[in-house]
Amino acid sequence: MNLWDAHPGLPPQHIKSGLHRRDFMKVITLAAASVGLTSSAAMRIAEAAFKGMKPSVIWLHFQECTGCTESLLRTAHPALSELILDLVSLDYHETLFAAAGYQAEAALKSAMAQNAGKYVCIVEGAIPTKDGGIYCKIGGRTAMDILQDVAGKAGAVIAIGSCASWGGVPSADPNPTGATGAPQLLPGKTVVTIPGCPANPYNLLGVVLQYATLGTLPALDSQGRPLFAYTRTIHEDCPRRAHFDAGRFAERFGDEGHRQGYCLYKIGCKGPETHANCSLQGFGEVGSWPIGIGHPCFGCTEQKLAFRVPLHQTVKIDRPMPPDTYPPIHADHNHISPLATGLAGVAGGALLTAGYLASKKIGASPATPDDTPGARLPAQGE
Amino acid sequence: MDIHRRSLLKGLATAGAAGAAAVTTGGLALASPERRKAPADAVGMLYDATRCIGCKTCVVACREANGLAPERSGDGLYDAPQDLSGSTKNIIKLYRDGNDSSYMKTQCMHCIDPACAAACMLGALQKREFGIVSWDGSRCVGCRYCQTACPFNIPKFEWSSANPKIVKCEMCRHLLAKGGIPACVRVCPAQAVIFGTRDELLAEAKRRIAESPGTYVPRVYGEEDGGGTQVLYLAHVDFEKLGLPKLGPEPPPNMARTVQHSIYKGFVAPVALYAVLGAVLLRNRRHPPEEAQEERS
Repeated sequence: MNLWDAHPGLPPQHIKSGLHRRDFMKVITLAAASVGLTSSAAMRIAEAAFKGMKPSVIWLHFQECTGCTESLLRTAHPALSELILDLVSLDYHETLFAAAGYQAEAALKSAMAQNAGKYVCIVEGAIPTKDGGIYCKIGGRTAMDILQDVAGKAGAVIAIGSCASWGGVPSADPNPTGATGAPQLLPGKTVVTIPGCPANPYNLLGVVLQYATLGTLPALDSQGRPLFAYTRTIHEDCPRRAHFDAGRFAERFGDEGHRQGYCLYKIGCKGPETHANCSLQGFGEVGSWPIGIGHPCFGCTEQKLAFRVPLHQTVKIDRPMPPDTYPPIHADHNHISPLATGLAGVAGGALLTAGYLASKKIGASPATPDDTPGARLPAQGE
Repeated sequence: MDIHRRSLLKGLATAGAAGAAAVTTGGLALASPERRKAPADAVGMLYDATRCIGCKTCVVACREANGLAPERSGDGLYDAPQDLSGSTKNIIKLYRDGNDSSYMKTQCMHCIDPACAAACMLGALQKREFGIVSWDGSRCVGCRYCQTACPFNIPKFEWSSANPKIVKCEMCRHLLAKGGIPACVRVCPAQAVIFGTRDELLAEAKRRIAESPGTYVPRVYGEEDGGGTQVLYLAHVDFEKLGLPKLGPEPPPNMARTVQHSIYKGFVAPVALYAVLGAVLLRNRRHPPEEAQEERS
């Protein structure tokens, strides 16, 4: 049963706008599945979209490369960018805005006023805090000021990308601008972080859709990352995992193992410590991601790894798993050869004999200067 | 000291008399003790080696359920135990001979009459609820007699620990107490190892053999072996090749019981021995050895 049969009253405006019904349902279902929602929830999402219950989204740009926005725009389904525009009401986005200057700032103010306490604030980019935050200003206001103002009145705050999540590239040593992430500047407020460099757009879509339809945020880990996407490590679901288990590694770039598509662990893959769903939910659904093109994962979703640990340094395996080899029925318990046993026996015997002789000498010497013990016994008896 | 011919003969005669007394009294009771039956609530596991796919998920699940640290390979990348050990209670091994191969899951067999429990001097190892051979750390003195006694070479000792424990599969009794099942069974994707009462498992094993006669060695290991075990095995190769020893139907502790029970039956042998020794002492007092007499004079 499809949506149109169930709700014949719904205006098929999306068909008019060139978006095909099937594409639409496909993307909705995929997005719902990625946040762990059932297909019936997908129907509710679709209904909400059709009824025009579109949440207002205010997108803030700070210290960043706009890569997260770019990756969002370059998803493989041709309809996705339209969906973003159709499913949410994107009221302020500096990259995608037609308006500029005072017009843009006026749009921000009116969106904040109209949807106060309800809108979704998405933060992209780190916020510089050094010297009063003067290193990033928009319309004469510092990034710190804008963030406090916009995020403070939002219904939900989402930090997209590693920069907004904890500081990302701008916060790498020596961090000249004192860059930091949105959660650090919004204590006491729930900030959903979707780290990644760039972040996987589906993870953002899932969070926004859940908030739009159910009014809730997904379950988060200790760093504010949605559990539906950041529970498992790259290593656990890696397409090259079988090579790791079999001990087949690329030892250096371009070697035979690298050409064969072997595991990239030894050339610095951070997969074993990186929590993200890249290996399951492809970027733009085409499977192009570091490990897919033969480069080790660099741990972009982990604050302790990305831009801190050198690219080709190996990481410790936290939860080692069995390799795909097997111990034999009778384990080899380092058998001791008969020769070794014999030699040890001879050595032990020599030591004992030496000890016995020495003790005899000690006992005998003070009694007589002549220390041949057998000599005096017969003399005494006679 | 000179050994005099007479005293040597006397000594031999005395020893012979004592030995004869022991044998005679023992002979009265050489019939071996009765074989024990599985407890009424006995549960167990049935491992079907022909179904196992060797994924080792059970090895990992056992670690997690029992809080056991992984045994890292030399390069630190893998959890690669080579045998049961102080941190491995369950392991998948591989038998291979040419093209013929079989996986083997090794863990405690939970014998109906366990040799480890019989050897344990303070009752640290005992069959407790569900017939599970359980270890009680508060009673263990670390003598490791259980290790020597077990015919399957199962109990292991934490050599690396300052306060070592005896480590062996206890069929996840902490999970059973909460209504669960053993972790290895829960995670097995091929149902190669299943859990149930011993009777159910035995019936299921026999049903499988009857259903596909060519598939299995037509015997359930553990039904009678070593007096019967609560963990049962099906395989297509000889069980000995999988490291399961050839044991008769007699439980291993029965041999020790026969000897000990015979010696101490009615306390006759010790009494006889000490009576003979006492008699020798008395006799020697009355007739001191010749050397001693010579020295005194």
